[in-house]
Amino acid sequence: MGVVEGKFNDNFITSKVDSLVAWARKSALWPMTFGLACCAIEMMASGAARYDFDRFGVIFRATPRQSDVIIVAGTVTHKMGSAIRKVYDQMPEPRWVIAMGNCATCGGPYPNYAVMQGVDEIIPVDVYVPGCPPRPESLMWGVMQLQKKIEQEKFIRK
Amino acid sequence: MPEFLSVFFRDYQFINGYLPIFIFVVFAFAFAGVTLLVALLIRPNNPDPEKLSAYECGSPPLMEANERFSVRFYLLGILFLLFDVEAMFLFPWAVKYDALGLFGFVEMMLFILVLLVGYFYAWKKGALEWA
Repeated sequence: MGVVEGKFNDNFITSKVDSLVAWARKSALWPMTFGLACCAIEMMASGAARYDFDRFGVIFRATPRQSDVIIVAGTVTHKMGSAIRKVYDQMPEPRWVIAMGNCATCGGPYPNYAVMQGVDEIIPVDVYVPGCPPRPESLMWGVMQLQKKIEQEKFIRK
Repeated sequence: MPEFLSVFFRDYQFINGYLPIFIFVVFAFAFAGVTLLVALLIRPNNPDPEKLSAYECGSPPLMEANERFSVRFYLLGILFLLFDVEAMFLFPWAVKYDALGLFGFVEMMLFILVLLVGYFYAWKKGALEWA
């Protein structure tokens, strides 16, 4: 636990501090990219010039140590599951998860022995982005949903 | 300059020009300090062995990072550096090839020749032999 995390009652000052913290956290969501299949192509397009994720403060990182959110983009096989779990565990808190596309959400078009039926079997997912693959606009929507979720979280309040 | 500050600086006129820099430095340190302090108070702190483990793209690390390498890696590294620098010189020469003309061509060939002598020396000495 942090020094002041979850230690205060609701009042004007603590709620303002919480909204400031929420604003800071949602304005710089650095994603750990976990591109596993064709969804990753759409994720790359989201980061590139036309859709320009940088304007949301979303700057892709190549290491979990600098990341706030992991975007699982693509088909999660059971073999890959342990790697995803390990990378998720190595991210510093607070950490969030976006499951991008039908495969990461529920297995998508692969109901078979090799494919995990949704990445939520191993890590807690915050936002599911439907699509096969989702367009960059959809991923953008997912990030904005996550921002709304972060706004509602309590940090120093109980 | 404000009155209360000029009291300290009036005997040191030469230092007056540095006052903005001094203020800038104070603010820079204060900003860094305040930021770190606020982050220390607010951030969650739940370390666990898995989180602190070495990042190897999701794989469990196979061995310690402080492994012993064969000394030949360093030899090859030095040889690479030599020809890396050569390529660095070749690029601007190639771009300005027309302007430099025959003089530039001869100079560059001499340069390459000198390096080639070293290369063949290293080759003969067995620097490129592996095992």
